[in-house]
Amino acid sequence: MSKENVLRVSDVTMQFGGVVAVNNFSMEVNKGEIVGLIGPNGAGKTTAFNCITGVYAPTNGQIEFNGEVIVSNHPHGKMKQMYKGENMGKYNKIIAPTPDKITKKGIARTFQNIRLFSSLSVFDNVLIAKHLHAKQNVFTATFRLNRKEEKRMREETMALLKEQGLDKFKDDVASSLPYGLQRRLEIARALATNPKLLLLDEPAAGMNPQESDELMGFIGEIRDKYDLSIFLIEHHMQLVMGICERIYVLDYGIKIAEGNPEQIQNNPRVIEAYLGVDE
Amino acid sequence: MSKQKKWLLSCIAIAAFLAIVYVLEATIPKSSQWSMLFTVLEKGSIYALVAVSMNLVNGFTGLFSLGQAGFMLIGAYAYAIFTIPVEQRAAVYQYFDGGLVQFTLPVIVSILIAGLVAAAFAFLIGLPVLRLKSDYLAIATLGFAEIIRAIFQWNTLGPITNGSNLLRKFYTYDSALYPIIACGICIAIIVLLINSSYGRAFKAIREDEIAAEAMGINLFKHKQMSFVISSFFAGVGGALLAMFQTTIQASAFKAAMTYEFLLIVVIGGMGSVTGSVIASYLFIACREWWLRFLDAETYIGDFKVPLLRAGFRNVVFAVIIMIIVLFYRKGIMGTNEFSWDALIRWFKNLPKNIKSIPGRIKNIPNKFKRKSKKEAQINE
Repeated sequence: MSKENVLRVSDVTMQFGGVVAVNNFSMEVNKGEIVGLIGPNGAGKTTAFNCITGVYAPTNGQIEFNGEVIVSNHPHGKMKQMYKGENMGKYNKIIAPTPDKITKKGIARTFQNIRLFSSLSVFDNVLIAKHLHAKQNVFTATFRLNRKEEKRMREETMALLKEQGLDKFKDDVASSLPYGLQRRLEIARALATNPKLLLLDEPAAGMNPQESDELMGFIGEIRDKYDLSIFLIEHHMQLVMGICERIYVLDYGIKIAEGNPEQIQNNPRVIEAYLGVDE
Repeated sequence: MSKQKKWLLSCIAIAAFLAIVYVLEATIPKSSQWSMLFTVLEKGSIYALVAVSMNLVNGFTGLFSLGQAGFMLIGAYAYAIFTIPVEQRAAVYQYFDGGLVQFTLPVIVSILIAGLVAAAFAFLIGLPVLRLKSDYLAIATLGFAEIIRAIFQWNTLGPITNGSNLLRKFYTYDSALYPIIACGICIAIIVLLINSSYGRAFKAIREDEIAAEAMGINLFKHKQMSFVISSFFAGVGGALLAMFQTTIQASAFKAAMTYEFLLIVVIGGMGSVTGSVIASYLFIACREWWLRFLDAETYIGDFKVPLLRAGFRNVVFAVIIMIIVLFYRKGIMGTNEFSWDALIRWFKNLPKNIKSIPGRIKNIPNKFKRKSKKEAQINE
């Protein structure tokens, strides 16, 4: 492919004890693309997500972001004997950053079950995400020697809230917002970290058809506006088929298909995974 | 009200308060029963500082830490060791040939050192301990405080800590304004920190660790920061407490002391600096002054008032705390802070609230009635 890779996941295996949750998973996201990850319940989608965002260190495999290796691991210690996956000796380095380091590199995420700072205001929720790139230390911040920086953070937050249509609610407690707006706030908060790649974990979960239609438009919009690449997990097939340019399908931790929406819809293995097969 | 007006009002209030304390101190004789007021003001301020520092970790960062007494102990000892005059050291360290430290530092420097030593200990303790969560962290910090207490009583360290003997004759203040101003400055710094970008990050950690981390907040770094800063001010509080008590002994800094602060923080409201300050003054006033009469045997004519005897104070105190916790589940202030607007609103609504009290009391049985009606309906 001639296009520029933003994210490249190579041979990622995640094994918990004896259970292989994700097996030898490889994928890539190109610049400006919207890529979907689907699969039946328990297929390992969120685990794959968590490997990318640093919540788990994968048992084996490597993840590159903008050409830089950000995560890399191979089975070591106890896992050496227990390891059931492939490509055992392929990666030598161990790089296992915490989620905040990944976010700093420019990968932001949202969560399957909304995780807002629920008793803080909408404004503070977004403002907290601005803490990451602020030039200050605890001394200058405490004694207000960072006035300019603080002002910049507040202005950027306000601008972002306006763009997302959340400025009316800026002083409301986050948990008092209706569900759809909470989702939107979570995305706004992720955008506040200035990401290059946005990972959305079931953004349409719990939404009615109208809301998820709106969301579809919204995701396309923010991609263009903030020059993002987007990688999302979703169950709503309509949404996935509607906006994703490429789709990966996981089943029991194994990638069973990849391609554009049409190819996926007609792929017999995908149909088998979702609907079962005639005996 | 405009911002400037509020500032002006705050400045006037603080100046007036300090002036009143100054005048009262000059007029009330030491022998008067009212001199207890100064005990309350001094000890209350010191307790307020330590309670606010504990609130920073427990209420704002959401870490359940119970090491406060340990850090106060370190601060108190560091302060005392550096300010005992050289000529007095032979008398104080009588069992240890005058001790190892043979110099005296200025008071302000010693107070800062007290804070810094406590902070340094917190940094070292934090490295392993802050990887733990909730109850486990509480147990680990509590254990640390007890270990520190034991170590400071250890005879081998006697030349520095004077073993299990008293430390005394160090510099103490002579005006109640001293601890009030010192604690005021420290609390102001903590409030500034809480309202800064870092304070917001602490609150984010309290709300949701996973989300905070996904927003790029380095959990360990920020927890460590909160813990170390809190311990710094606990150390300063310890130094001031040493000054207040004029003598110190490691055995006084028991786990029970930490629970006092925990009580203040909970009663005042987890996540409210104002609440902690109000609660510490109330706590000290009740314990040291207002409830004292309960401990004394009292006769009205020939009649001996029943129940009043040494220790009864604690029973009443416990009941009061239970009542507060029952009626103010989130503490006196919840997570609210003092503001002039809220104070004015409170005074405006006061007559209305007082009028509604009889009605509310009448309503209490109704609440139960309604419930029983519902139950009756269900039974039907």
